[in-house]
Amino acid sequence: MITGRDLSYAYGTRRRSTPVLTGVDVDARAGRVLGLIGPNGSGKTTLLRLLHAALRSPTGRVEVDGETVVDLGPREAARRLAVVVQEHGGESTMTVGEMVLLGRTPHLGTFQRTGDADHEAATDALRRVGADHLGPRAFAGLSGGERQRVLIARALAQEATHLLLDEPTNHLDVRYQHEVMTLVRDLATTSVVVLHDLALAARYCDDVVLLGGGRVVASGEAADVLTPEVLEPVYGIRVRQLVVDGETHLLLRPQPTQPTQPTPTPAGGTR
Amino acid sequence: MRNNLLDAVAVAPPSAGPPADPLGLRARSRRTSAWLLGLGVALALTVVAGVGAGAVAVDPLTTLQVLGHHLLGTPGEVTWDPSADAIIWQVRLPRVLLALAVGAGLAVCGVALQAMVRNVLADPYLLGINSGASSGAAAAILFGALAGLGQYALSISAFLGALAASMLVFLVARSGGRVTSVRMLLAGVAVGYALSGLTSFLVFASGSAEGARSVLFWLLGSLGLAQWDGALGAVVVVVLLSTAVLTLWGRGLDALAVGDETAHTLGISPDRFRTLLLVVVSLCVAVVVAAAGSIGFVGLVVPHLARRAVGSTHVRVVPVAALMGAVLLVWADVAARTLLAPQEIPIGIITSVVGAPFLLVLIRRLHATSA
Repeated sequence: MITGRDLSYAYGTRRRSTPVLTGVDVDARAGRVLGLIGPNGSGKTTLLRLLHAALRSPTGRVEVDGETVVDLGPREAARRLAVVVQEHGGESTMTVGEMVLLGRTPHLGTFQRTGDADHEAATDALRRVGADHLGPRAFAGLSGGERQRVLIARALAQEATHLLLDEPTNHLDVRYQHEVMTLVRDLATTSVVVLHDLALAARYCDDVVLLGGGRVVASGEAADVLTPEVLEPVYGIRVRQLVVDGETHLLLRPQPTQPTQPTPTPAGGTR
Repeated sequence: MRNNLLDAVAVAPPSAGPPADPLGLRARSRRTSAWLLGLGVALALTVVAGVGAGAVAVDPLTTLQVLGHHLLGTPGEVTWDPSADAIIWQVRLPRVLLALAVGAGLAVCGVALQAMVRNVLADPYLLGINSGASSGAAAAILFGALAGLGQYALSISAFLGALAASMLVFLVARSGGRVTSVRMLLAGVAVGYALSGLTSFLVFASGSAEGARSVLFWLLGSLGLAQWDGALGAVVVVVLLSTAVLTLWGRGLDALAVGDETAHTLGISPDRFRTLLLVVVSLCVAVVVAAAGSIGFVGLVVPHLARRAVGSTHVRVVPVAALMGAVLLVWADVAARTLLAPQEIPIGIITSVVGAPFLLVLIRRLHATSA
């Protein structure tokens, strides 16, 4: 379980700073998938970075299972939080196996070499993402979908209790988007996923935090947040819910006329 | 591939099961072992050949006898020309040892720097360290700086210049508490330019043609100062320690080479680790440059060769690069001593002339393989 309270962040220098997040609360509940959604520049990725202490919020704090992340130190934090970031090291000449083994780093001393247990964890992680045949291949030679699966395997090899993913479906075609998200959901670990795609959020997330203008506009169970009333003012689009084969889908269309959309007012969210 | 199949048959019955080497690690470590073994043998041969070659050639048997006599005390009786003994033991062996250490040091520092800034064009001189050493050396040669230190004046003055340059780079790169790779690169370039300007000014201000020639010779690199003294000992010890430390930090280098954010998610603080690396690399390069001047291209090309040989996990790349750099530099020095004998060519000219075309070939291959 990850709890973030009163998180804020501003990029830039002290004199000229651009606030990105202000007073954000987040709860990733145990065993559930939490989606972080919002328009471009709403602070989704920044929030994820605050959660795993790649950035530090000057206010508030982040706790993992009741312990403050910053106090844990980098190694201990990495044993609880595994993160799939957008940077993938595509020009690396490592093999897939070596890339996944890197996930064992937080469990090894600085000078300690990997042992049988580590190799087993890495092999097992590759199997869980359905990529066990890729082990000896060159990481740089993989397709986008395969790479993403390998990076998730690296996170799994980390054997952390929580999984954080920053737009894991970016640059993937539709089939792989669903594959990756199915994988995340089936892992049944506490996960936080930054998503652009509202349809994916609706389908795979249990809970959703909707950010707009650096604040939480709405948060709660996915079905309660992903509604026309909540989404329309934030994204400036028309949203309809359709029921197809008994499943609720979101139909997203542009506004009929194209007036310059005022920036969404963060006040008075439907919390 | 064939080895893998044979292994699978030998170890496990041919029933369907998980592949014997699912992570592809065994193939790579076998390859690394083969390279290390081959390079070890090459190193031994190189030492014998390197000690024997020169204006006065000494045949390998005599070379081995002299080395054996000094190192192991065998055989008790001296049956060879005492002048061969002096040439080998007093002149050439320290020089070959220095070449080994300098080559290895430049190679491993190149590997570390390329990982730190995630740029395959990085080399040990990126940080302006050689420019600092040059300024120090110029001050010693032209103005007799630190003359009180006698034979060590040049090396120590160059070392202090190198250290000052790297500290300057470090301070600029670290402003704001974070050492980013871009800031490090830019700071290194800026400091490098400033100090080469200073060196040129020193040469200009001294007005001594003789001195200018010595400075130029030093700038192009030379192993001619090698002798059994504390400077040689310092270089060997520092290079050995740096190689060991960088090998042991291999996994950290792997993570840093993927990216700062990845390193962080794996529990490595990229800023702290980069700072530690910078200290080790600066010290190693400063010692090497102080002893041998700026010898180009070794630190740039050898890391590429090593990665081509054994992949990019640094725990393998660092030792392989060290051996490759050591062997290559001895041969470059042999070429420097013999091509225009008795005149000696600055070794930096050899490494540049050989290294540049080599790099061009590598660059072409690089573009062909990665999209």
